[in-house]
Amino acid sequence: MKRYVAIAAVCVAGFLFAACSAGSTGPAKVSFWHIDVQHKDFWQGLANKYTAAHPNVTITITVLDNEAFKAKAATVMQSGNPPDLFQSWGGGVMAEYASAGLLRDITKWVKGTDWGKTMAPGVIAVYSYKGKQYGMPYDMGAVTFWYNKDMLAKAGYTSFPNTWDDFVAMLTKLKSTGVTPVALSEGDKWPGMFWWAYLAMRIGGEPAFDNILSGQGKFTDPPFIQAGQKLVQLSGLKVFEDGFLGAKQADGAALVGNAKAAMELMGQWGPSVEASSAVNKVGIGASLDTAPFPTVAGGAGAGTDVLGGGNGFAVGKNAPDAAVDFLKFVTSVDNNSTLAATGSIVPTAIGADAAITDPLMKAVKGIVDKAGYFQLYLDQFYTPAVGGAINDAVQQIFAGTQTPDQAAAAIQAAYDANK
Amino acid sequence: MTKQISAGFRKKRRATFFLLLLLIGPVFVVFTVFVILPVFQAAAYSLYRWNGLGPPTDFRGLQNFVVLVKDTIFQKALTHNILIVVFSLVVELPIALSLAIIVGRGRLKLAVFFRTFFFLPFVLSEVITGVLWQFIYQPQYGLINSLVKTFSPASHVIAPLGDPSTVFWAILIVIIWKYFGLHMTIYIAGLQGIPSELEEAARIDGASSAQVLRFIVLPLLATTIQITVFFSIIGSFQIFDLIWAMGQGDPVNGAETMVTYLYKFGFQRFNLGYGSSVAVVIFVICLTFSIVYQRLLLRERQG
Repeated sequence: MKRYVAIAAVCVAGFLFAACSAGSTGPAKVSFWHIDVQHKDFWQGLANKYTAAHPNVTITITVLDNEAFKAKAATVMQSGNPPDLFQSWGGGVMAEYASAGLLRDITKWVKGTDWGKTMAPGVIAVYSYKGKQYGMPYDMGAVTFWYNKDMLAKAGYTSFPNTWDDFVAMLTKLKSTGVTPVALSEGDKWPGMFWWAYLAMRIGGEPAFDNILSGQGKFTDPPFIQAGQKLVQLSGLKVFEDGFLGAKQADGAALVGNAKAAMELMGQWGPSVEASSAVNKVGIGASLDTAPFPTVAGGAGAGTDVLGGGNGFAVGKNAPDAAVDFLKFVTSVDNNSTLAATGSIVPTAIGADAAITDPLMKAVKGIVDKAGYFQLYLDQFYTPAVGGAINDAVQQIFAGTQTPDQAAAAIQAAYDANK
Repeated sequence: MTKQISAGFRKKRRATFFLLLLLIGPVFVVFTVFVILPVFQAAAYSLYRWNGLGPPTDFRGLQNFVVLVKDTIFQKALTHNILIVVFSLVVELPIALSLAIIVGRGRLKLAVFFRTFFFLPFVLSEVITGVLWQFIYQPQYGLINSLVKTFSPASHVIAPLGDPSTVFWAILIVIIWKYFGLHMTIYIAGLQGIPSELEEAARIDGASSAQVLRFIVLPLLATTIQITVFFSIIGSFQIFDLIWAMGQGDPVNGAETMVTYLYKFGFQRFNLGYGSSVAVVIFVICLTFSIVYQRLLLRERQG
């Protein structure tokens, strides 16, 4: 009997100790999942540096490949036990987690604080939902045209057109020079969504998207229909590669990287995928340049409005304060600069862009910084159900199996069903 | 005396009971936990609108099924599954059977070589097969287009996987290519079980090769054929990997099947309640078919 009492006493003591340790001053354990396999040493280095300065904190890192992460995340989220800090693209998926109570609200750490001032408000907003902050980004780029200067020059263009009409005229000229004007990897669906989203943004501007969120507007409003009509016009000109409806991202990138196609509309990872998909493994090198999406005559959107997205971390519901503090450390100007110097991200911290050495990444950063209105990729911005419906509808438009009106109605139906 | 006997008998029965418990127990537990329970769980989830996070609360009754049955994409997916069944039965199995008869009875000198050769596609994993055929079909650099360009430079580029009207047929060819070897091997095993005396006797009685095939080989192979028909139909209803690897059932749902539909609209779009209703439909189709098929065969055997 005495023995049991002793055991019980030890248990209680252990429990009290554990309860104490949950406080901010005691030891804390942080589980941290990221998918940046390429720079895993960088992230481990950051953790080592942080734990050296905070000896009471232990950080356990799990490095996962993109697809493996998505599969594993789905499982741990369903079990209701998220990691303390994990890869997130913000937007709709993060919103699903947040509304299920799986994320920790870190608003008080970010809003109006020094940390909150290190990034542009639009960039931070990608990781907020219903006015609350659930994570922070370290990489936020723009979708731009990645084009072959030499091919444009051959068609008589020394600079990239600023308006949609000029742009379409250029595609026709490019076609007559015998190259594929545009590589579009529509087998993956999201590359086509970039086109439709940008056109809707240029035609309807920020209000068109705001109205949808507020319930005053619909996807069947004129900007979205007109965006579809412009895509029909492009399809009619046959400016895309043969079989583009089945092409994967690497297929389209290979066409640009092998100098078979003049351009693609792609995120900041465009050049690196073009290089790795090209036969010569370096792509078209100095012939590559980038330009923002052209404006549409009479449209409400500005040419500086940006469609983009990137990477960041969300904070799990059981995360200790140390996890939030580590996130602050990770996204600091110094550490963001170090990662930016590798040329594979577009840093989010103001001032970290000084560390970018690659001129093309610098250009993308310039485009992001000028953005008055920053729109996250639509398939990330909305819930997965609506995002998927948008991607499907755009592919239908390109395939000619749905009219722009039917496609818009399909998106609106998905939106209504998943409110 | 009688008491002793009955005690011994009881002891023996108890031993048998423990033996059965030992042999069946583990399987029973595993089967219940991993097969039976999930089936009922899925049936329960299918009545909810549920994103898979937290317990399901938004009860919708049969709403998911109503949406599902009306959805033209699901109808398309079901049609594709049925077409795969039909083509497996009228193209794949006859090919497999013919080849088995040619290479399976050891008259051909290179029989062993061909057996292995025809079986090879089945050894490849589904995803590798998908990637491989994507290269073959690739419009710019792929094998087929390179051949076409070599022989007729002026002809159009063919993009079988990039056209909603051809993608299904392009993948169907791969399905047949991949699975005929399995069925052929099962047939060969069946053929080897047929005693050669029967054929010799028929030959002595003056039967032609065609008659031997018709009256001896095929009837004795009937059970094997029934099994391959069963496998091939169930497999056709459940096909996923190959189609997913070759374009995820797209463009424009051109090669959608029920399981790719389930994955896309259930898992990828965080609609696990809806996905469960798709799973229930697939389960019911497969179960109904299994029961009906077994019944029909049993009746045939008894009659």
